[in-house]
Amino acid sequence: MQTWWVELLCALLIVLVVPLIAGYIVLVERKVMADMQARLGPMRVGPHGLLQPVADALKLLIKEDLIPNNADQFIFWFAPVLSVTAALTSMGAVAFGPWFQVARDINIGLLFVVGVSALGPFGIVLGGWASNNHYSIIGALRSTAQLISYETTAGFALVSGFLLAGTLNVRAIVEHQRTENAWYVFLAPIGFFTYLIASIAETNRAPFDLPEAESELVAGYMTEYSGFRWSLYVLAEYANMIVVASVGTTLFLGGWLRPFPNVHWLGWLDAVPTLLLAAVGAYCVFRAGKQPARVQSLFMSAVALACFVVAAIFGLSAPFGHLPLQFMHDGLYGAFWFLLKVSVYIYLFMWLRFTLPRFRFDQLMRLGWHILIPLAFINVVDVAVALALSSEFGLNRWLAMAVTTAATLGAAMLLLRWNDKYSAAASAALLADSSIVEDSHAG
Amino acid sequence: MLDSAIFYFFAGIAVISAVLMVTRRNAIHSAVFLITTLLATAGIFLQLRAEFLFIAQIFLYVGGIMVLFIFVIMLVRLDVPLPQIRSGLQKWIALFVALAVGVEAGVVLWQARKVPGQGLLIPNPAPAGKLPPNTEELARGLFGSYLLPFEIASVLLLVAMVGAVVMAKKRTDAP
Repeated sequence: MQTWWVELLCALLIVLVVPLIAGYIVLVERKVMADMQARLGPMRVGPHGLLQPVADALKLLIKEDLIPNNADQFIFWFAPVLSVTAALTSMGAVAFGPWFQVARDINIGLLFVVGVSALGPFGIVLGGWASNNHYSIIGALRSTAQLISYETTAGFALVSGFLLAGTLNVRAIVEHQRTENAWYVFLAPIGFFTYLIASIAETNRAPFDLPEAESELVAGYMTEYSGFRWSLYVLAEYANMIVVASVGTTLFLGGWLRPFPNVHWLGWLDAVPTLLLAAVGAYCVFRAGKQPARVQSLFMSAVALACFVVAAIFGLSAPFGHLPLQFMHDGLYGAFWFLLKVSVYIYLFMWLRFTLPRFRFDQLMRLGWHILIPLAFINVVDVAVALALSSEFGLNRWLAMAVTTAATLGAAMLLLRWNDKYSAAASAALLADSSIVEDSHAG
Repeated sequence: MLDSAIFYFFAGIAVISAVLMVTRRNAIHSAVFLITTLLATAGIFLQLRAEFLFIAQIFLYVGGIMVLFIFVIMLVRLDVPLPQIRSGLQKWIALFVALAVGVEAGVVLWQARKVPGQGLLIPNPAPAGKLPPNTEELARGLFGSYLLPFEIASVLLLVAMVGAVVMAKKRTDAP
């Protein structure tokens, strides 16, 4: 059914639309931050700052392109490109709905997404090195150490989901969650939460944003970057957020399935996309007349028109089931729910960023190696045990999962207690060490 | 036709960047060309429809081991050359090994020329058409027919890892 030109079109759409989406995620992030800090955020460019990303992109494009004299010219040029390429390529296997996927018949499915996005750190570490700047190189080293530590956790958290699905194929995983009657987040909650934490660390987001900690490292690995090269790094970071959110959504949050896909009396949920878009359009019409400038009201009307058109497409594709439009209907609704879940996931990232203070580096390493990695291991074993209990001994699947999840939680408690004891001893030893060093300096 | 074009594309990149990796003076540049070689090899795996090997190559070698390589290169002072690397004997050993491998490859290629119909000796060529799912086949092989060697290899790696940790660990009981 799907031919090569459809795949090419999908790939082109990803490459063209993701930078735009990334720009708007930045805007949303600034707005969310402003809201949490009781201020307004960008308001000048366009109504409620809606055109701010366009203005920012233009500004970055026409900025002077600086390359430090002692930088390694080629690697300095190449590093941000590598980061962006890795992030965008890994989206090739993500299924944004049942029909929108570039690489469909790829056997390794989600592993492709995770593996190719693992190339991104090279852009960071090479960029930091090529800048020939101490802050950059410290940021790059921190970032490498952090990514290696948390990738293990993320990988094992994904394994617990793969065990439940029994396949790596993206669409098979989502369909399996439909037949299972449950998103995997309910079957393997600990797997989801370890993945969530590891994915925040992997995208260098606060509270794990030590590679670019502005209070100590200026901007970490991007200190020497400016203008469009800098924006490539930012694009890679936000594209990576979309990637990790998509992986989490696909494996643990039911992909493109609507909530409760098999419950018939909740069928009205299918009308939500149409109604939501129509409501947004109506709000825009309502506000259009009250804008101070003529351009702004024109813009609001255009947004309203776009909303109404898309809502009409959504609404009209629904009644014609089993016609060619069914195809469009499935794809559109799937994409809607998928993107909604991804947005909630990314909103969670922002929420955490503006709520939690930054970790210290030794705390970050201890959390990764002493708590999360053992916990992910134990979780994989426990999920496997639960699966064996339900398939070999006929135990109820939910009961088996509940028992093993409780066991994993108990193990987590033990890990935390041991870690507290150990870390107290370790910091005492560190303190003793540093006092010796100071003494020798004084002597 | 397209398959061989893709193969020669990736193979060419792999060989050229392997040569560049050896000849670069700057260690980071060498590492970058090694990464390119590994990626090109991964591309050949993908062209052969060995998807799992492709992603394992990227995950383990490029994403894991090479990141650690670069990490170490950045932390170690490279402008101080190690005396044992500078010994003259090494050049001759390297030359001998290179010659041996070259002769071996030449012999294999020469013998393959005699077989009619095929370019190279292929004992059991894979059937044409759709291959069985790669990941599942590999898992059946590793955890079925070759379980014992697989487990022995993993225990060996574990022992090596524990040994490395013990050797690298700061001794706290020392005075």
